[in-house]
Amino acid sequence: MRLILRRLKLGSRGGGAPAKLPTFYLPLGPMEKRLLLEESLLNLILSRLAFQLIESHQSFEESVFIAIQPRGIELMHAVVKALEEVKAIKPESLKQGTLDITFHRDDFRSGKSLIPKSTDIPFAIEGKRIILIDDVLYTGRTIRAALDTLVDFGRPKDVELLVLIDRKLHRDLPIQAKYVGKTIDSIEEERVTVDLEGKSVWITPKTSDNG
Amino acid sequence: MASLSTKHLLGIADLSTEDIQLIHSTADEFKEVLSRKIKKVPSLRDVTIANLFFENSTRTKISFELAEKRLSADVVNFSSSNSSTKKGETLIDTVNNILAMKVDMVVMRHPQPGAHRLLSRHIDAKIINAGDGAHEHPTQALLDAYSIRERLGEVDGKKVCLFGDIKHSRVAISNILCLQKLGAEVMVCGPGSLIPKYVNGLGVKVSHNVQEALAWCDVANVLRIQLERQNVRYIPSLREYNQYFGIRKSHLDALDKETVIMHPGPINRGVEIDSDVADSEHSIILDQVENGVATRMAVLYLLAEA
Repeated sequence: MRLILRRLKLGSRGGGAPAKLPTFYLPLGPMEKRLLLEESLLNLILSRLAFQLIESHQSFEESVFIAIQPRGIELMHAVVKALEEVKAIKPESLKQGTLDITFHRDDFRSGKSLIPKSTDIPFAIEGKRIILIDDVLYTGRTIRAALDTLVDFGRPKDVELLVLIDRKLHRDLPIQAKYVGKTIDSIEEERVTVDLEGKSVWITPKTSDNG
Repeated sequence: MASLSTKHLLGIADLSTEDIQLIHSTADEFKEVLSRKIKKVPSLRDVTIANLFFENSTRTKISFELAEKRLSADVVNFSSSNSSTKKGETLIDTVNNILAMKVDMVVMRHPQPGAHRLLSRHIDAKIINAGDGAHEHPTQALLDAYSIRERLGEVDGKKVCLFGDIKHSRVAISNILCLQKLGAEVMVCGPGSLIPKYVNGLGVKVSHNVQEALAWCDVANVLRIQLERQNVRYIPSLREYNQYFGIRKSHLDALDKETVIMHPGPINRGVEIDSDVADSEHSIILDQVENGVATRMAVLYLLAEA
């Protein structure tokens, strides 16, 4: 209970106004879910991320986007769309790839089913600036695996990480994102669900099949 | 479709259609891995695999070994020529001795049909059949079907004909079972003496005319004449076999369609297949070899996970 009470002031960091939160931070019921970001705020965040990317990459000539399978892809598309909206950068001019990290995971043979998804990097990453994209940064293990996988394709100039949600309390590895949509506190029994089609981000209770 | 329904790969007979599709979709991803600059992933780095070959093999052994190494597994090799089986040890004892050294998976080729099934009842390690006598050779069938899928888009509804020595071929049985599970129609074509009786029970068409069979099929999988397995002579001479059952360029030229040519190797050029056919643009023989590594990686990966 003490752990829960400590989270009474559940604020937001990163960018944007705090999402609507209940006065008391009570654990979610089995069917409950809590809205973290709604459409207008999400669009604002995507525009900000686009500006931040432009600030450090300018024309994106030497930069490539690589989305982590499966949930980084939607975010990559949303970011690319935001780049077009804020600065008229043509999506065709941006190199975009997808990366599956299944074979590099550190929890192989732990009983979880590990069916691979497709990796598609149709360009050389040698000497390029990689913008690695995933929806939620949690333990950092996925990113660790992604970094290992990327090495198999060549030696990039640098790798930056872009995430929509940073669950900063639960990092298992020293990994930090450069571009963050929103930093949140959340407890381990919860799950963050990014629904870009429905333009919203939710906190839901962790269940056995979405854990 | 989250994992394989079997613990071992003893034969295609044990696999469901979903299993085969899962192996193929996983092999797609391994094929992508093999196109990378570094063709190696760490998935099986805590797994030790013993390759036990109680019968000679070159390409299957190399293919398995490469697949294992590209998955970062530790590999030990054993072949019967320098083994204690010659000193009278039983199969189960030999394997148990190797397993006592903490081996997790066994890839085995054995001249005795069913040796793998016997072993699977007595040991804990996962077993992959790399050929048992004239019974099954499941990974060859999986890679053959994978190659057809890659070339023609799908296996379902395609017509595949197996040519040559069906009677002594473990590739034939595994291929028939695998192709049928994926929805293909299968025919066998060869001299009557080399077509076994059991094919009638498998719902397979039989032909004794090469030109007719080629006109029927989309894919011609030409099997090797296995002279070393024939205790009695089933065919008068290799020359005569080539005359009546060898696949020649003239056969293909007479067709008004493209037929994909396959061969599991090793090829007897000028016996079951002529050089200009084996080297033609219709031939996917070398694709089969390439796909063999990716398919075997998929099998090893999925079984290690199970």
